Amino acid sequence: MRARFFRSSSRIRSMSVNSTSLSSTIDDDNQSPKGLAALAGRMWAVLFLIALIVFFSLVAPGFFDLFNFQAVGANMAVLLVLGLGQTFVIISAGIDLSTGFVMGLASVASALVMQSLTGYPLAVIIIAGLATTLLIGIAAGAVNGALVAYMRVPPFIATLGTLSIAEGVAYVLSGGPPVSISTRGLGFFGNGFIAYFHPEAGISILGLPNGVSGSAVREVMGFFPLQVFYIIILASFCGWLLGRTRFGRHVYAVGGNPKAASRAGIPLAWTLFKIYVLCAVSASLAGFLYVLRFNGGVANAGDALMLSSVAAIAIGGASMLGGEGRILGTVVGALVIAVIQNGLVILGIDPFWQYVAVGAVIIMAVLVDQAKGKFLS
Amino acid sequence: MTMLTPDTTSHTTKQPASIVQGPRADGQSPVLRCRKITKRFGGLVAVDQVDFDVYPGETVALLGDNGAGKSTLIQMIAGVYRPDGGVIELDDQAVDIRSPLHARDLGIETVFQDLALCDNLGASENIFLGREIPGKAYGMLPGLNEAKMRAEAKAVLSELHINIRNLDAPVRTLSGGQRQATAIARAVYWKARLMIMDEPTAALGVPEQKKVLSLIETLKQRGVPVIVISHNMQDVFEVADRLFIMRRGRAVADLRAADTDANEVVRLMVG
Repeated sequence: MRARFFRSSSRIRSMSVNSTSLSSTIDDDNQSPKGLAALAGRMWAVLFLIALIVFFSLVAPGFFDLFNFQAVGANMAVLLVLGLGQTFVIISAGIDLSTGFVMGLASVASALVMQSLTGYPLAVIIIAGLATTLLIGIAAGAVNGALVAYMRVPPFIATLGTLSIAEGVAYVLSGGPPVSISTRGLGFFGNGFIAYFHPEAGISILGLPNGVSGSAVREVMGFFPLQVFYIIILASFCGWLLGRTRFGRHVYAVGGNPKAASRAGIPLAWTLFKIYVLCAVSASLAGFLYVLRFNGGVANAGDALMLSSVAAIAIGGASMLGGEGRILGTVVGALVIAVIQNGLVILGIDPFWQYVAVGAVIIMAVLVDQAKGKFLS
Repeated sequence: MTMLTPDTTSHTTKQPASIVQGPRADGQSPVLRCRKITKRFGGLVAVDQVDFDVYPGETVALLGDNGAGKSTLIQMIAGVYRPDGGVIELDDQAVDIRSPLHARDLGIETVFQDLALCDNLGASENIFLGREIPGKAYGMLPGLNEAKMRAEAKAVLSELHINIRNLDAPVRTLSGGQRQATAIARAVYWKARLMIMDEPTAALGVPEQKKVLSLIETLKQRGVPVIVISHNMQDVFEVADRLFIMRRGRAVADLRAADTDANEVVRLMVG
C-alpha cells in the first residue's frame, strides 16, 4: 500500500516537472559577460598577434612593410608545417617528439636522392625528392602509430625512441655535414614568388621578367612567396580535415574521452595510427620545404623547431590534455613566433633573446588558458 | 549466432537455483529473453544461470546488493562481457553480442553511469558520435552535414522536452541533467529496441533527478523497454513496473512494483 501511494504521488510530481524545461534550472551559458570572456579567451592569441604587429610597427623601422611581411610568411613555413600534423596529435592527447628529426631525416634523404639525380630534368628531381619525403614520413609515422596505437606505448616514450632513430639514420646517411643539391632552377621553388615586377620589364608570373639580368635582378620585386602559397595549401587541407570531416571529429573524440569514443564505435587504434602517420608526413613535408628553400638537407634541420611548433600550438589555444585545438590557432601561434623573431632581428636585439620571448609567450598562453577555465566555471 | 552450452556446474549447492521465467499469460513475447545465462570470473560465478525477460514498453528495475551480479548481467546484454553459458534472444532471435558496438547495432543502447559522452564536444556532436551524417564541406569537399545533425539533435531533444540552448557548446558546460538527457537522446535517436540505464539519477540534483525519471516515462510511452539499475528505492518505485532482484549471482525475485514495497525489496536483496 505504502509503495503504491509513493508511486502515484511522485508520478504527479514528475509530470509537473515535465512541463518545465530543464534550462530554467541551469546556468545560462550565453550571458554576455561570460560570452565576452569566452570570446576573448578564444581570440586572445589573435589580439596578442595584432598587439605585437602594432608594437613592432611603432618601434622597429622597416617592420611594417609588405616585403617584410612576405619574409615573415616565408620564414614561418617550415615551423608551421611541423605544427600542422602535431596539432592533430596534441588534440588526440598525445605528443610526437620525433617531428624535428623526422623532418631532418626527410630533408637528408630527399636531398641525397635529388643530388644523385643531378642532370635529370627538374620535374623528375622534384617528384623523386617529394616521393622520398612522403616515404620517410609514412614509414616514421607508421612506426610511431604502431607503437602508440597498437602496442600502447606512451606517446612520449615511443616518439622519443623514433626521434633518436631518425636522428641516427639522418646522420648516418648524410655523414654529418649538410647534403647540398646544385640543380639549376630548384631554388625558385623554395625562394621564388608567384609574381614579379620590374620597373622597366613589367610584371611576370612564376619567373623573372624577360630580359632582366645582371644587376637589374636586384631591382625586381617579388610578390607572394611560394613558401606562403605552400603553407596556405597545406594549412587549408589540414583545416578541412580536422574541422570538417568525420576523421577530424573522431580526433577530437579520441582526445576528449577515448572510452566514450570507443563505445560510440570509433576505431580507437586505427584513428590514432592515422593521426601519427599524418603528423610524420607533415614533418617530412616540412623537411622538403627546407630542402627547397636551402637547396640541401641537414640532419638537425628541425632540432630546435619541434618545440617551437608545440609552442605555436599551445599559443593557438590547444590543450595539452587533448580535446581542444584548431588549425587556425596553430597558424596564429606560428605567426606570433615568427613576428617575435622577425621584430627582434629588426630591432637589432641579440637573436638568442627570441627564445626568452617565445618562452614567456608560451607560459602566458597557458596562464590565459587556465584563467579562462576558472572564469568560465 | 551461437548456442552456448548451458552451465551445469554450480559453485555451491546449498542455495536454490535462480528463479525461472516462462511465457507470459497474455502470450506477448519479450523483447529480451535471457535463458540460463552464466558468467564466471575465475572461480567466482558472477551470474549463475539467470533467466531474465523484458517486455515491450515496460521499465524493469534491476536490483541487488553490491556483488549481486546485476552489473555483470547488464554488461553481458550490453556486449561488454560474453556469457560463458546460456542464450540471449532479442525478439525471439538468438544473438551472440560480440561487442558494445555490436550491441548498439542490435538496438541495445546503454546509458552508462559515466555517460560515455565526450565532454569537449557539443550535444549534437555527441548524439551523432561515430555515426556522423556525411555532407559537403565548403560546398565541394566531402565533409559532414552539420546543419542536418543539428536539426535532428534539436528535434529529438525537444521531443523529449529537453532544452539545450547551444547545441555546439561543449557538454562539460551543461548541467548533469542535460548531460544525462543528451546521453538518453542519443539512445532514443538511434531507435533503441532496449535501453539500459546504469544509475541514471546518481550525482544529480533533485529537480534533475525528476527530469530524468520523467524521461524514462517518455521512453515507456514510446514503447521502448528500459532496464534501470538503481540504488535509490524512491526512484525505483517511481518508474519501475517490475522489480528483478538478484543476490549472489542468482535471480531471487521478479515482482510487480505495485505488489511490493521497499522493505520487502531490501529484505530480498540482502537475503
